[in-house]
Amino acid sequence: MKYSKRLLVLTLLVQVTPLASAPDAARQSELLYLLKHDCGACHGMTRKGGLGPALLPGDLRDRPVAPLVNTILDGRPGTPMPPWRGELTVPEARWLVEVLRTGEGL
Amino acid sequence: MNGPTAAGKGVRPLFLLLSVIFPLRLLKKGSDPFSAFFLSLLVVTGFCRTVGAECLLRGTGDLGIVVERASGSVQVIDTTARSSLFRVTGLGDLSHASAVFSRDARYAYVFGRDGGLSKIDLLCGRLEKRVVQAGNSIGGAISQDGRLVAVSNYTPGGVRVFDAATLAPVADLPADMDNGDTSKVVGLVDAPGQRFVYTLYDAGEIRIADLSDPAAPAVTLFPGIGRQPYDGLITPDGRYYIAGLFGEDGLALLDLWDPQAGVRRILDGYGRGEEKLPVYKMPHLEGWAIAGRYAFLPAVGHHEVLVVDTDDWKEAGRVAVHGQPVFVEAQPGGHQVWVNFAHPLNDTVQVIDTRSLKILRTLQPGKAVLHMEFAPRGETVWISVRDADEVQVYETSGFDRLAVLPAEKPSGIFFSARAHRTGL
Repeated sequence: MKYSKRLLVLTLLVQVTPLASAPDAARQSELLYLLKHDCGACHGMTRKGGLGPALLPGDLRDRPVAPLVNTILDGRPGTPMPPWRGELTVPEARWLVEVLRTGEGL
Repeated sequence: MNGPTAAGKGVRPLFLLLSVIFPLRLLKKGSDPFSAFFLSLLVVTGFCRTVGAECLLRGTGDLGIVVERASGSVQVIDTTARSSLFRVTGLGDLSHASAVFSRDARYAYVFGRDGGLSKIDLLCGRLEKRVVQAGNSIGGAISQDGRLVAVSNYTPGGVRVFDAATLAPVADLPADMDNGDTSKVVGLVDAPGQRFVYTLYDAGEIRIADLSDPAAPAVTLFPGIGRQPYDGLITPDGRYYIAGLFGEDGLALLDLWDPQAGVRRILDGYGRGEEKLPVYKMPHLEGWAIAGRYAFLPAVGHHEVLVVDTDDWKEAGRVAVHGQPVFVEAQPGGHQVWVNFAHPLNDTVQVIDTRSLKILRTLQPGKAVLHMEFAPRGETVWISVRDADEVQVYETSGFDRLAVLPAEKPSGIFFSARAHRTGL
């Protein structure tokens, strides 16, 4: 009984962990501001594209998450897309990709 | 939707109210319906006259516009009174918007990111006409004679030319490439001889389109200028066109007085031996870069401004600056050059003395300085500070801040004096 309780707590912890490392509300609004204005300089404020490609849910939905996260963090050599690793953490980049793929909160 | 920001605003509802109340009262008093209607008509006429009177009777030589990028609006500003006259809304996505002015300096043509081309009446604070001419556009220019407005587009890539009076389409100049795709077009400028000059980002090519006969544009191609040209400028005398390269260290120079001589590379390999930093904001090139015989140009991916002697186009020096330059602009007269910087060092502006190539002053207007515009004779510079929601006005002699105007997420600032300058 005691053991299964512990397992339950552990399971809960594991499930909660990705959420716990997601950016808090204040950081989320900073990230959305960055997305709109600084990413928007090349991808458009409405994310319809510019010098950089469009980032609408329809453009990203069917693409695997990991390469998109890597593009944000490490940039795309040979293109103007710069690496954002110095400014964004891995969970923050992952959160941005989720926001872009779903379009929720934008 | 549009309207004056100060006088005349409260008058309209008053007239409308009167036009209803006044005849009703007359009818109540037993007056005949005809005279009630007639009086109502008089009041409504008064209302219409008030609307007409909202257009200003004044010159436009000291007016300008401030782009409010996030709200799809522009403010019409009076640079003498340092005040806002009108806000014009409904201009679409204005991220990266720019503007040119009609020859009579009454109208501004605003080029929006969403392909929108908007013609704004500066005296009436009114959106005169708007066409959405492409899916995604980047900038524009007005022809030497003021009759044609050209817009450069990303999607579909190319240049479209419109009648400046009506915004009716005149010519289509697709940026076709050998592989069948079209290229994004950057660095579109007007040039003497009723020409437009522009650069194909994906193709690495400069093109000159001669629209002396708008029905049959003559386009000359200059391929192989280098990788990923990001913007272009024309010198204020209309002679040289320069395209900056992102994919290589160097710039491409074309002598428009002698285009047969072809494109040559200047400042080739300027970053050699130094590590190129990630670029968080693409630099811009504008005709303002020329101060006397020197051109001041941003080094891409380096904290440097490059100085070129326009007599022989050889490097004449470098100025180490605060960050990666975005706009490098010479004060009219050419004594100073003002520089703003890319994210995340974009809270600072530096002033370079063009004789000593030393930093004269470092200012911190606030986070996200996006653009600077000089008064035509250079006594003030107007700076947009996006995150502070402000346009700040600085004196160029003592660097005092003279005024602050509220603006929603301001980006580009454009003064009507551009109407009479080649390439602006």
